[in-house]
Amino acid sequence: MAGSNAPHVDLSQAMTTAPVSAADWLIVAPSIITILGGTIALMARKNTDAQPKVAMLFLTLLVGANGALLLHVLQKGVVTMVMGNWLPPFGIAFTADALGASLSLIASIVAWCAGLYGAVTIDGTGRRYGFYPFLLLLMTGVSGAFLTGDIFNLYVWFEVLLISSYGLLVLGNDRIQLDGTVKYGILNLIGTNLFLIATGLLYGHFGTLNMADIAMKMRELEAGGSVGPLAAVAALYFLAFAMKAAAFPVNFWLPASYHTPNVAVSAVFAGLLTKVGVYALIRVFVLIMPGARDYFADLIAVVAILTMITGGLGALAQAEVRRVFGYLVIVGIGAMLAGIAVGSLQGVAGAIFYAIHSIIVMTALYLAAGIMQLMGGSTALRKLGGLYGANPYFAGVFLVLGFAVAGLPPFSGFWPKLMLVEASIDAGRTWVAFAILASGFLTTLAIGRVWIYSFWRGGPEGVADGCAPIRLAPAAELSSPALWVPLLLLTGLVIYLGLQPEALLQLVQRGAEGVIDPSAYIRSVFGEP
Amino acid sequence: MNTIIFRTIAPYLAALMILFSIFVLLRGHNEPGGGFIGGLIAASALAIYGIACGVTSVRRAIRVHPMSLAAFGLFIAALAGLPSLVLKQSYMTTQFVELHAFGTQIDLLTPMLFDLGVYFVVVGAISSIALALEERESD
Repeated sequence: MAGSNAPHVDLSQAMTTAPVSAADWLIVAPSIITILGGTIALMARKNTDAQPKVAMLFLTLLVGANGALLLHVLQKGVVTMVMGNWLPPFGIAFTADALGASLSLIASIVAWCAGLYGAVTIDGTGRRYGFYPFLLLLMTGVSGAFLTGDIFNLYVWFEVLLISSYGLLVLGNDRIQLDGTVKYGILNLIGTNLFLIATGLLYGHFGTLNMADIAMKMRELEAGGSVGPLAAVAALYFLAFAMKAAAFPVNFWLPASYHTPNVAVSAVFAGLLTKVGVYALIRVFVLIMPGARDYFADLIAVVAILTMITGGLGALAQAEVRRVFGYLVIVGIGAMLAGIAVGSLQGVAGAIFYAIHSIIVMTALYLAAGIMQLMGGSTALRKLGGLYGANPYFAGVFLVLGFAVAGLPPFSGFWPKLMLVEASIDAGRTWVAFAILASGFLTTLAIGRVWIYSFWRGGPEGVADGCAPIRLAPAAELSSPALWVPLLLLTGLVIYLGLQPEALLQLVQRGAEGVIDPSAYIRSVFGEP
Repeated sequence: MNTIIFRTIAPYLAALMILFSIFVLLRGHNEPGGGFIGGLIAASALAIYGIACGVTSVRRAIRVHPMSLAAFGLFIAALAGLPSLVLKQSYMTTQFVELHAFGTQIDLLTPMLFDLGVYFVVVGAISSIALALEERESD
């Protein structure tokens, strides 16, 4: 049918004719691997023993593909693949730069850790209801969002990851989980709608959805001196992504929902979901609309300061370990927003470094909270205690993670904070620098509180120090290495990045250069002019 | 609803609808139709069969869980983009072969495989929702 009566046209005007090397396939490999893995796990849903094995196989492949992609990007610069061999901007472009590839790699490492941890903490029911398919499809959305070069496609990947996250949130089907999911779901639905409306308006103005194309046209427009109606579009984008990233004042959904699901799920959420929002903010405001970023810089700075301070105070007010950590996620979001508000090379690089640090350390803290729950039988600070006596090594690991999240040297949180403080002082935003330092202080207090209550004192509330507390028999799960390997791996990364930050510093510097000066990005999509 | 007339006619009606859904699926390549609309027709066939003869008999008739059907659809839709890897082209680039059998020319294209995937995703997702709702009603 198609062959015989199709009109004969010259397709070379519309399609790429140059061969695409297998290495370029790495750009789409993370999404394809996770879709295939997720669907296989879904088909084998009833086979609860095989599920973790299948999922871990595909997650390992995902980490490998992302690692290879990052190496490819570091060698070749920004790489692009346009779906279906169409020429950009007509085809949907996937564009991997240093920023997207490095975040995608860290995200897949974190998902690997959570998948292994989930093999212990997710029971048969959770597996039958699809923990592993949801986790893999969540990673489809996350990798796609980090690697796509098309703004409507970014919206689609957001939807993919949100739908999977709804599934993960209600996995246990408890009343408290449904309550958390409703709050999470409604705010995210509003956020995605705003995202879609803004994308529609942007398309109406430029007639293109390709990020490189928009970045080019936007700069021509700004050179003409008028941003016109695009300030409104930028405001909609800012609100939409601030909701995803959990920035003040649209962040109440995060503390309301992150403590409800299984701890492996909380760990992935705390590590990844909000950071995808921050990534989208960097992409849209620094790469696509730098004029709008300058226009809104003061607003972003105020939001960043309020996010950091309210997050820190909120963490101090909580009496449940996972709720404390939920607020610490928010503090980190504030610090990343501060980098975007400053907007200088060092500021954006600091924000990217902070995002990578936060992905690792927040996931590790939630994994540690799960172990605390198994050891002490609860996550309420009142009921915890004496964990130092139970396992001093674990107490040491927790302290490392606590120092890292507070930004104390010599751990991974120190460097990005230093960069952000320096960048904001250079830009004359001393209040931002002050807020970053003050939030670090509040975080230290909050972590110290958790440490004192659950590790240092002799036993739960009502047990006097020095008395031997009545110990619960240690939970059987605690002896499983699948519980400890992810935590130790992430803690190792935290220490390594604290002591040897050089490689990552260069990487985030490159990532920031790539979004501040988009010429390499545009060249990769449209070829040499 | 559960009259003898309906129960007698439902299996034939469902079979006809499934046949029609496959026709719509294949027709979609050049004319209106396609995987999505075909999948909807097939899912309504299963729903009608479920209303008439009970959800249990539908589940027995389709053998696999509808959710697995949807997963299978997504799986082959993702696979449909892969053949271009060996031909040094981008993901999802259309590939086709022309076959000649029984005196007619048959074109086989990768978008057809993708459309088949969409068909299964829609059948699986819609019928698993419909069957769950029907089950709730009969409790």
